[in-house]
This record gives sequence, structure tokens and C-alpha cells, in this order.
Amino acid sequence: MITFESVTKRYPDGTVAVDRLTLEAPTGRITVFVGPSGCGKTTSLRMINRMIDATEGRILLDGVPVQGIDPPTLRRGIGYVIQQAGLFPHRKIVDNIATVPYLLGWDRKKARATAMELLERVGLDPALAGRYPFQLSGGQQQRVGVARALAADPPVLLMDEPFSAVDPIVRTNLQDELLRLQSELNKTIVFVTHDIDEAIKLGDQVAVLQVGGRLAQLADPKTLLSEPADDFVREFLGQDRGIRRLRFISTAGLRLRTDLTVAEGFDGSSPERWLLVVDGDGRPLGWRSSDRPEELEPFGTFVHGTDSMRAALDAALLSPSGCAVAVDERGRAVGVATRQALDEALAEAADG
Amino acid sequence: MTWLSSFVSWLGEFFGSGENWSGPGSIPVRLLEHLEFSGLALLLAVLIAVPLGLAIGHTGRGELLVVVSANLARALPTLGLLVMFVLLLGTASIWPVIIPLVLLSVPPILVNTFEGIKGVDPELRDAAYGMGLRGPQVLGRVLVPVALPLILLGCRLSAIQVVATTTVAAYTGLGGLGRYVIDGFATKDYASVVGGSVLIVLFALVVQVLFALAQRVTVSPGVSQRLKVR
Repeated sequence: MITFESVTKRYPDGTVAVDRLTLEAPTGRITVFVGPSGCGKTTSLRMINRMIDATEGRILLDGVPVQGIDPPTLRRGIGYVIQQAGLFPHRKIVDNIATVPYLLGWDRKKARATAMELLERVGLDPALAGRYPFQLSGGQQQRVGVARALAADPPVLLMDEPFSAVDPIVRTNLQDELLRLQSELNKTIVFVTHDIDEAIKLGDQVAVLQVGGRLAQLADPKTLLSEPADDFVREFLGQDRGIRRLRFISTAGLRLRTDLTVAEGFDGSSPERWLLVVDGDGRPLGWRSSDRPEELEPFGTFVHGTDSMRAALDAALLSPSGCAVAVDERGRAVGVATRQALDEALAEAADG
Repeated sequence: MTWLSSFVSWLGEFFGSGENWSGPGSIPVRLLEHLEFSGLALLLAVLIAVPLGLAIGHTGRGELLVVVSANLARALPTLGLLVMFVLLLGTASIWPVIIPLVLLSVPPILVNTFEGIKGVDPELRDAAYGMGLRGPQVLGRVLVPVALPLILLGCRLSAIQVVATTTVAAYTGLGGLGRYVIDGFATKDYASVVGGSVLIVLFALVVQVLFALAQRVTVSPGVSQRLKVR
């Protein structure tokens, strides 16, 4: 657990970067510091591994004040991932990953073996081990950066806007990968970002910081979206926080209709205006409208019980039928969420 | 074609002459002298300028020294310096020649070493400290390998200058390949002038090749980026 006790960072010119920050980053969870530039989020992160020293207050690592620990020793026990990965260009990937084990005096062979293991763990081809950083893409370099931070198996991981320099598709992959890794490793992670969507996606708890280094709100993402503490947080969360909150509402309770599904080649009549046509395996093919039965209309799906209400609503909006198709993990239709059903669920969500 | 044929015949005369291959003024002796003067001067300059450049680049303290030395290097007339030291110290030892040569070759090494270290991406420096490297480890394990191409470039620039200036040093009466040129002009022995010039050019080329090889061996392929993606 990382504890901030009324931590202040004041520069000699009087600028206050962090103002009496008090919070806890619980063990095994992801705590995200988010806020506009100048809010002191990176400064707060860098005070944990003493890249910057606090002016006042204490930061405790499992109860031990970090200010009492020699910085290099402290840093070797804390994983650190930065924006541009910061890999050493003159070292091969495997040796980059093994940086901290080498520093800790591990046997070279053991350090390299660990590095190879981590290379795979972060989703990279082991064949990349012998390459140099310039031969890797930005996303690959960022994965190596994460592997390097994990090499000595530190309990704490500090991540300073690690995914902000890669393109959106790669960023999404890296975020998913981080969540997958975290589900296996259970590290205490402090993650800095200026992107509220990233904060909401990754954080177990989110600390919203305000310019001048004041903590505006500390809450889990769902609470943050439904109960922003003040106007600053509300504005920072953006326009569609209601919609985004649906991400945290399960579709398990959504009422499905199973009587709207017909097999391919169906030629009968039905009182329903829209019918879902499925193939022999039960996979959806499209919507059949009673106005134009010869043509199939597009459809949207969500995985029932796994995807959030946001995905279900999105699926409904993708189809002229206005209904979302619920599928199982293998893509077979299990039912249809009609507008009525979605409406009921949304009403429930709005009630909290 | 007359210039070419006289050039060739002078070369033949110079390199074919038996007395040019043995004795005190022979080619091997002059070559060794040239190597001694320029090598010693360069070595001393490296020993002074590299540590200084590393320290200033790493700590950021003493940057003024780098600027001053770079400006002095441009302002100092090498030949004047040589003559002054010879007049002051005589020609009994080689130091009147070595000292100006060292003074001449310190600035390029100092400036390039300093710029190389200072110019390393701050993110990289940050990452190195963040991993838990100590100050000297950051310098030795990260900054120097990354800045090595520039440091070597500084040494190479100095080497070129030193080799060239050692030729001029023959003017003071000490040895070196420059003697063939200077004495040759004095006695109108054009075979000696031409042969000496060719030797000096070859010497300079060999030095360049050696530096290119040293760069290839010492600079990581990850820094020079000369590897093709496998």
C-alpha cells in the first residue's frame, strides 16, 4: 500500500505543484491519477520513487517512509514505466528487460531467463530478444518497457502516461493487456494519465487532480461518473458521462425475448414487424423487416452477461430494428433485447 | 603528361633510394617519429579532454570552460604557438612540439564529448535513474555508450589536425615526415618533397581507417542503427 500523508511539493519560486495530497493506493489495485496538465499528477507519481522529493508531508510504502530510503535502492524495488518507454538504445531487448536484475547482481543467466519469460508474458515474440530498440514499433517498445519494469518482480508499479504516445488501436490493446497482466500479477499500480476514458477503463480507483495539485475527488470509476464531487470533476468527466457509466452496468439482468428468432429461409408471416434471421448454427444473419422481407437489414450484437449495458445500447443503435442481439461467447444468438427491455434496464440504471 | 611522368620518376627516386630506407633520416625512422609525436599528443589530449567533457556534460557544471576552449581553438595560430614554445624551451626535448599539439587537439574532443553527453535524450536519462542506476552508472552504462559516436568523432577530428600539424612541426627542426617536405623545398630536392607528401597523405588515410574500425567495434549497433531488421 502506498500512503500519501498531506504531501506538498513547492518549488523554490513558490509554485505549488502538489498541495496537501492525502490518499491511499491500496495493495494489488490500480490507482489512476488523472487531471489536466499542470495538476501535479506526474509530480505526485515521481515523489513515490523519489525522482522528485516532497517538500512537506510523508509518502509511505507499506508503512515505511520513502524519504528514509536511499533513492537508487528504493527505485530498484519499484517498477517504473514512462511515456516513450525510455529503452536503452545500445542494449538488446533482452538486456533492456534485465536492467534491474543486473543491477541487483543476479546471475546473468538467471536474469536473461527471467527476461525471456517476461517478453512472452507481455505478448511479444521471443525472437525479438536479440533485437535493438530501434528495430521495434512504438507499441512493442512500450511492452518492453512494461516487461523491464516487471523484471525484478517489484510489488509496486509506477506508470507515467505509458500509452499516450501510441496510436489509439495499439493503445486499446496495451490497456487490455495491462488489465490481463494485472489479473495475473496483482501489483500495486499507480497510473498517470490525462485521458479520463483511460482512467475509467483501468482504474480500480481514480484520483482526479485539479490544477495547483489539489485532489478534487477520489472514487471508484462508477461512483465518479454518477456522483462527481464538484463542477470541476463534472466538467472534466465530459458531456456523456451518463452513457459512459453504462459501461459498469451488467447486461446479465437484461430481459431477452427468444420468440423473435427465425431460421434462414423463413417465409411465413408474423405479427412482429422485425424478425431476427439466424443460420443453422444459430448465428445471426440479419433483421427481416415485414415491409421488405426479401432483404436483410444490419444488426448489432453484445455478449449477454459479459458485455456492459453500453455495448447493448450500442448494438441496438446499429440496427434499424432498434433491437440488440444477445449472443453467447461463441457468437450464437441467445435472444433479443428489444427497445422496451433496454428502456427498463436504462431506467433502472438511472436510479443507480 | 610531363607533370605525371616527373611525379612518377620523383616517386621512384624517393622510394627507390637505398639511403631512404636505413639510417637516421630514413622513412621508417621518420614514420615512427611522426607516429610518436602525433600519437603522444593525441593520447594526452584524450586523457585530458574526455574525462573533463564527461564530467561537465554529466553534471552541467563548468560549461563555460567548453565554450572558452572552443573559441580559443579557433583563435590560436598553431604555427605561432609552435615557434613560441620552441623558442622558450629549445629543441632538446620533444615537449616544445607536444605541448602545442595537445593544446590544439583538446578542444574538438572536449566539445564533442560534452555535447554528446549533454545531448542524450532526457527521457533516457530519466529512465536510467528511474531504474535505480546511480549517477556514475548512468554515465558509464547509458550516457557514454549512447554518446560514443560523437566522442569518437571529436577524437578523429583531433587526430586529423594533429597529424597535419605534426608535419608543420618539422619546421622547428624536430623529426617527422614533414622533414622530407620542408628540407626538400630548402634543397630543391623535389623527389623528397613529393615522396614525403605521399607518405603524409597515406599516414592520414590510415589514421582515418583506424578510427572507422574503432567506431565499428565499439559503438553498439543499436546506437549506430546500421543493422538491417532481421
